[in-house]
Amino acid sequence: MLRFVLRRLLLMVPVLFGLSVLLFAWVRALPGDPARALLGERATPEGIESITRLYGFDKPLLEQYWIYLQQLVTFDFGSSVRDGRPVTDTFLEQFPATMELTAAAMLFAIVLGIPLGYISARRRGGAVDSAVIGGSLLGVVIPVFFLALLLKLVFAIELGWFPTTGRQDARVDATHITNFYVLDGLLTREWDSSWDAIVHLVLPGIALGTIPLAIIVRITRASVAEVIHEDYVRTADAKGLAPQTIRNRHVLRNAMLPVLTTIGLLLGLLLSGAVLTETVFAFSGIGSYLFDAISQRDYPVLQGYILFIALIYSLINLLVDIGYGVIDPRVRVS
Amino acid sequence: MRLPTTRACCVLTVGALALGLTACADSERSDEPSSGQASGGTFVFAGAEEPVTLDPFYASDGESFRVARQMFEGLVGTKPGTADPAPLLATDWTTNEDSTSTTFTLQEGVKFHDGTDFNAEAVCANFERWYNTPPGIAQSEALTYYWQSLFGGFAEGENTDSLYESCETNGEFEVTINLTRPFVGFVPALSLPAFAMQSPTALDKYAVPAGKNPTQGPYATKYPTGTGPFKLDTWEQGTEVRLARNDDYWGEPALVDEAVVVAIADPTARADALRSGDVDGFDLVGPADVDPLAEEGFTIVDRAAFNILYLGMNQNTEPLDDPLVREAIAHAIDKEEVVSASLPEGTVPATQFMPDLVNGYSPDVETYDYDPQLAEEMLAEAGQSDLTLEFNYPTEISRPYMPSPGDTFNVIRSQLEAVGITVKPTADQWEDYLGKIQGTDKHGIHLLGWTGDYNDPDNFVGVFFGRESSEWGYDNPKLFDALAEGRTLTSLEEQDAYYQGVNEQIMEFLPGVPLASPVPSLAFSEEVTGYVSSPVQDEVWSTVSVG
Amino acid sequence: MSATLPPGSVTPSPAGPETGQTGQPGESLLRGAFRRLRRSPLAVAGAVIVLVFVAVAVFAPALAPYEPAGTESAGDVTPSSVPGPSDDHPLGLDSYGSDMLTQLLFGARQSLIVGVVSTLLGLSVGALLGGLAGGLGGKVDTFLMRVVDVLLSIPSLLLAVSIAAVLGQSQTSVMIAIGVAQVPIFARLLRGSMLAQSRSDYVLAASALGLRRRRIIMGHVLPNSLGPTIVQATLNLATAIIEVAALSFLGLGDSDPAVAEWGRMLVAAQERFATDARLAIFPGVAIAVTALGFTLFGEALREALDPRQRR
Repeated sequence: MLRFVLRRLLLMVPVLFGLSVLLFAWVRALPGDPARALLGERATPEGIESITRLYGFDKPLLEQYWIYLQQLVTFDFGSSVRDGRPVTDTFLEQFPATMELTAAAMLFAIVLGIPLGYISARRRGGAVDSAVIGGSLLGVVIPVFFLALLLKLVFAIELGWFPTTGRQDARVDATHITNFYVLDGLLTREWDSSWDAIVHLVLPGIALGTIPLAIIVRITRASVAEVIHEDYVRTADAKGLAPQTIRNRHVLRNAMLPVLTTIGLLLGLLLSGAVLTETVFAFSGIGSYLFDAISQRDYPVLQGYILFIALIYSLINLLVDIGYGVIDPRVRVS
Repeated sequence: MRLPTTRACCVLTVGALALGLTACADSERSDEPSSGQASGGTFVFAGAEEPVTLDPFYASDGESFRVARQMFEGLVGTKPGTADPAPLLATDWTTNEDSTSTTFTLQEGVKFHDGTDFNAEAVCANFERWYNTPPGIAQSEALTYYWQSLFGGFAEGENTDSLYESCETNGEFEVTINLTRPFVGFVPALSLPAFAMQSPTALDKYAVPAGKNPTQGPYATKYPTGTGPFKLDTWEQGTEVRLARNDDYWGEPALVDEAVVVAIADPTARADALRSGDVDGFDLVGPADVDPLAEEGFTIVDRAAFNILYLGMNQNTEPLDDPLVREAIAHAIDKEEVVSASLPEGTVPATQFMPDLVNGYSPDVETYDYDPQLAEEMLAEAGQSDLTLEFNYPTEISRPYMPSPGDTFNVIRSQLEAVGITVKPTADQWEDYLGKIQGTDKHGIHLLGWTGDYNDPDNFVGVFFGRESSEWGYDNPKLFDALAEGRTLTSLEEQDAYYQGVNEQIMEFLPGVPLASPVPSLAFSEEVTGYVSSPVQDEVWSTVSVG
Repeated sequence: MSATLPPGSVTPSPAGPETGQTGQPGESLLRGAFRRLRRSPLAVAGAVIVLVFVAVAVFAPALAPYEPAGTESAGDVTPSSVPGPSDDHPLGLDSYGSDMLTQLLFGARQSLIVGVVSTLLGLSVGALLGGLAGGLGGKVDTFLMRVVDVLLSIPSLLLAVSIAAVLGQSQTSVMIAIGVAQVPIFARLLRGSMLAQSRSDYVLAASALGLRRRRIIMGHVLPNSLGPTIVQATLNLATAIIEVAALSFLGLGDSDPAVAEWGRMLVAAQERFATDARLAIFPGVAIAVTALGFTLFGEALREALDPRQRR
């Protein structure tokens, strides 16, 4: 197991390195330049020239790449061209926001998805089954930004149950330590603050979570349906075990394996998919910052952020594979 | 609107307090600011983007300035609702005959937030600080745009040709600024937040070493120190700016206890935030939201238009270099319809490349009235009955002078097609668009505009037409010279008469078609009172109260 | 972000090469599949939607009362109101002044074109990569799959934005962007299929008999992979329709704002939701129903083709 983990970690290094080269090239292949993006309508040829020189974007590519490599090795990812803030600082600041949003979405998807998938599998082919499948798919086929609009309209504006924007009520000055707002409230014992953060996560979490919900429902359904017909379940039934026991001890436990893998994969996808949700709900996370950086050709942010995201995604993949090995002994043997 | 939780009791208490306090303040709400009780409470405002820095000298974006206006004041402010200079930290000023020197009499009894006295010495400290900006990143146009565009160079560095000569104190409350050459726009320009007075003590204490980016230094992010009615509480970058009332303010203290500025990029999301009570007010209302919000009981406050939206024509692309074709296009456009179909209510079509509030606006320019038949005839005369034009416009952007580029494009396109022109649409994302329009000559007709910074005609037509550019693609030395000379004038009256002539000249040349000066608006919940809008966004929230 | 399940996830599988569909190609499977499809109400609903959609897309010029993206009435639109249903325009105008009904009908055509082209693109490139990985195995396999993983980790929206930046705002760049995002999915699918089948008995038998590798692949492995590939393509079409809308939200897509395209219409309508909800509802429902139809049909197809079904 340890060797497996180490090998995978080592494998990540060349992959990430290759990615960094790709990013460097890609970012400079984009037409337009950060200097003009920075100055906007007020750009003058002199202004653009001076900024380009200042940031070294006029140096020969190889020289720029050499500087880039040196910075990489010292984990210096530079500062944003737009606001001058160090890339690592902003990433660490915004990461908790995206993480909280992703967690909220996954929670919604799992808490609702697994029971629904189970019920659906038990009543295979019936009206309930069709309703669950159709319903969960609805969340998928309605584009996220439109769904967000509808959610906001109904639950925030008409009913007034939830806020529409941001991570926290601006009228409350909460102390932030880790930038995981829910956690911060708990740490500083400002319970209201935690609750406020949770309330702000509901609508964005639902909007982002409808797609994982659909996936989890269908995977659970398929997996449970598969397991229910296995011999050992029939044996348990023949032995006279109570339905709940069969369900909990045999069916669910064995059916969860593919569900868990999927959850791991989804986490990675969600991380990247949060851009739209963050924009619509004005949630200051990685996704919206990164999207702005593309339009503004903010090279350092682009290079740094995408690399970080790829790293996190690879780590999640690794964890999922390890988890798989831990749960399913058959895998370890192969 | 709040969840029924333990928070409810907190909200109720605050609400009760606010209500109680407003009861006192209410009766005294009249034309003159009263010595009534502050209403208390928090005013939450949503802008469109995060501020870049809180040191206004190094800022050029509207959001940084929005916050700066609350904390900083300059020698000169603006008369409410206009772009004309009014006394602020300077109570009076006199300019010498050739506009090369101005003497200011200063307000007495003013202190910076850190207790430092505001006096003539402080004024000179500020000017000298600006003039002596160290070479390197601080001198890049991204950081010191306004100093460079108005004053030119610095003491040391690549460009040492500067408008600024020296600053002399004469006692504690009189100061004279000397310029190297005449500049009529000097006093109005001082109303810009970039030239606000900052505490010399704080600037020294938190000085940023030369070569480092000052926009992110401790002064700019934690300790910006001005004289204004609000001071900085905290700036959580990426999330919010919290301002607290300055209880030692030299003028009428602010009515609210706290002001919080957040950023919401999407206009519809801003409107939704107002509807759900997340914010008390916001700027840049989308044109489609103005009527619905008003109907729902929210207050819409308009800003007098200080901008211009135009259809630019690239004379590097044939046949736009033919004046007949340009005229034909002008006649094909029904400006009233463009306004009614894509711009906010109250917007007036434009006749020239500046709004009427600006000095030098001419009532006698050549107007090209809507006449599609004439347009068709002119095109035929020019041999262009089968004209195909590339029409560039930006996506994913909403500017105060161009709130819905797609809609404006669509209307104009249909008008051009009605006179037989085939339109080839080319859309680009905003930054790419600017790069294409202003950096290359590969574009046809396009939509763009400008919001003025202060009352100076050069700030409009000088910027557009003062020199050869890829945007307009022409070489007209007569016009270039006329605009260069305009900058050397020595009195406002002279400037007015002169630029009227310039505007007439421009409209004869017709490098583009000025369309309109759209009226930007803000929206507030009905509990908010006292917000005074300004065409140049000189909006200080000290008169605002909530509830 | 894809709405489809990672291949091999319907049936649980251990980590490593994903098991594709095993089973003999033959009539009995297809007939059995048809039988199961007809019995499932969701499958029937999906099929009906798909057929209607394709019919509308193909016959749009005949069905529509006006020319698409006609902007003669652009001036009738104001920021706060859009003319509603009238005698001339049964569904009213859209936010750019074109006839809503015409736009909806031609929008179906756009969605079909974008969906088909992008899916074909993703399919061909993905199949190539996956086939190579599965067929050659070893280091090539590991390398290619890591590349695929990395491709997956880059937000597809970023990919789309940068492709549009390089190629310019057009329908083509949108199609390429969506196609590229689909490559990893097809790559994984084909690879899994190839790996699984390379261990199956009939392939071993064939190679023992001395059949050339190429013949085995072309004659046996590929046809077996056809089923799941069709399923995936159907599902991806659904995703493509939604992703076009997402890209329009981010400001990409055709340069003509009035072009008949559901995603575009939906995005333009969002600003006016408070005054004219109708503008958003029509294209929104169109997108949702069509995507739903393809998804239901695709899922049903997948389950029908799965020989491990027990009913």
